[in-house]
Amino acid sequence: MMFDPYVLRKDFPMIANGIKMQGHPLIWLDNASTTFKPYPVIKAVERYYYEETSNSHRGDYDLCFKMDQEVERTRETVAAFIGAKRPEEIVFTSGTTSSLNLLAFGYASKYLKPGDEILLTEAEHASNVLPWYKVKEMTGCEVNFIPLTEEGRLTVENVRKSLTEKTKIVSIAEVTNVLAYSAPIKEIAKICHENGILLAVDGAQSVPHKKTDVADSDVDFLSFSGHKLCGPTGIGVLYGKYSLLEKMDPFMTGGGNNAKFDMCGDASFLAPPMRFEAGTQNLEGIIGLRAAIEYLQKIGMEEIEEYEKSLKKYAVEQIEKTGNAIIYNHDSEGPIVTFNVKDVFAQDAATFFNSRGIAVRSGQHCAKILMDFLGTVATVRASFYFYTTKEDIDALADAIAHGKEFLDAYF
Amino acid sequence: MPTFELDPMMMREIIMDHYANPRHFGVPAKPEEYEKVHADSDNCIDDFDLYLKYENGKVTDAMFNGVACTISKASTDILCDLLIGKDKEKAFYIIDQFLAMIAEKPYDQEALDEALAFKNTGRQAGRIHCATMGWTAMAEMLKKEDK
Ligand SMILES: Cc1ncc(COP(=O)(O)O)c(C=O)c1O
Repeated sequence: MMFDPYVLRKDFPMIANGIKMQGHPLIWLDNASTTFKPYPVIKAVERYYYEETSNSHRGDYDLCFKMDQEVERTRETVAAFIGAKRPEEIVFTSGTTSSLNLLAFGYASKYLKPGDEILLTEAEHASNVLPWYKVKEMTGCEVNFIPLTEEGRLTVENVRKSLTEKTKIVSIAEVTNVLAYSAPIKEIAKICHENGILLAVDGAQSVPHKKTDVADSDVDFLSFSGHKLCGPTGIGVLYGKYSLLEKMDPFMTGGGNNAKFDMCGDASFLAPPMRFEAGTQNLEGIIGLRAAIEYLQKIGMEEIEEYEKSLKKYAVEQIEKTGNAIIYNHDSEGPIVTFNVKDVFAQDAATFFNSRGIAVRSGQHCAKILMDFLGTVATVRASFYFYTTKEDIDALADAIAHGKEFLDAYF
Repeated sequence: MPTFELDPMMMREIIMDHYANPRHFGVPAKPEEYEKVHADSDNCIDDFDLYLKYENGKVTDAMFNGVACTISKASTDILCDLLIGKDKEKAFYIIDQFLAMIAEKPYDQEALDEALAFKNTGRQAGRIHCATMGWTAMAEMLKKEDK
């Protein structure tokens, strides 16, 4: 199948149905935040409610038995999608945030001790920072930061220089959510392992956009969200090497994660992944996640990555051509352009784009990043997916060119 | 009733003028004579202090200082213009009219003068807070005055 974004767009009701914003056809450039859902995903979710409603692992009758099969089939699909050796290494969560919290509370808070160290970078999403601060509070360990290069990139060299005797866990995004630099996770995993350190990867911005192979990269944990890869909200994954999952505690306990339980308070917990899936799971989400992954596999992750690279290049060129913007991440790998319109506050620019039907995200950044790398208090982020077109980018560039009229949004 | 319609050109000029050359932006020379309150926002960069001087039943000065976007800076500057010289009753009246206008409810145009430039802020729901935060914070401070 030839990759053709114009054909793929027909699969997305948010695009095909001509949804409007402020009276203009919607131009969705906030894909790093969330993505549109194609019909096959919506149909799969619908099918659960129309034809397949039941709970999982309670199986006394056919529907329930089938539900269990659906869940396990999704686990297999996810495992194959990210190159995991076994489906039991796939834990369903509600998203990246919940995956990272499970890892922090279930693993790190159990094993880290005062004096131990967790290393992050200053470009991490709050969801890959705040759970580790909780671990610090609970265990007395330290949380430190690996320096980034001047442009905001994480290098193997800097990781190597930052590792100490005390380092136990390194937790980093493969692709960061503001600047979209891609970290060499395979090399980082290698030096972590040479030093007996675990590498946890936040894949929220990488898994949707490129081929992932945990067997090849050898990362220990990987977190990602369904909704950023055309799947439903409220479903995500924590991948962990099985031997590590076995050492990990559940973050929640209750029905469905215990093997035996008596009223004397004795409980023994199931093996992973069930151990981490207490309570009724997000079954529509699990079914929808499989449909989303199958949809992406049909397109091909290499094709998606290649197309998005060309889009990114095109966007940088078109935005530069306006002469009216400052771009902060020309050379980064991910499909994100972070910029400011000259002399216009990021939020004012985003409001102006909104008035033209263009959805982008304006945001402030944690003090360190903005001081060290951006030299500004806030930026605008336009992020793409495989259904983004050059015309979408042209509309953005045109709005940027008219940036001086930003107050028109209010008249 | 005089019909007082601002065209978009005038509205833009008013907002840009108060943004580029705010009259009341900065820290007062004698801050100890002022009531002070902090205002900030989750979804915008706004993060500023407001200062209010209230003597003999009247607002004698109003200022603000900090980080502010175009909308919050211009609207708060115009607010300061409107409040200075007013008694409390009139000040509350003006603030109420402004908040009613933003909420797209009936309001008294004549009380608002240049603040009418923000008439259509309701169209950009994400920015209503920017337009009103200075006003609601000032109202809080006024409530505390001379109890
Ligand atoms: C790098 C990164 N990590 C974590 C998250 C959190 O994802 P979720 O909100 O789906 O839990 C995001 C989402 O914005 C992200 O971009």
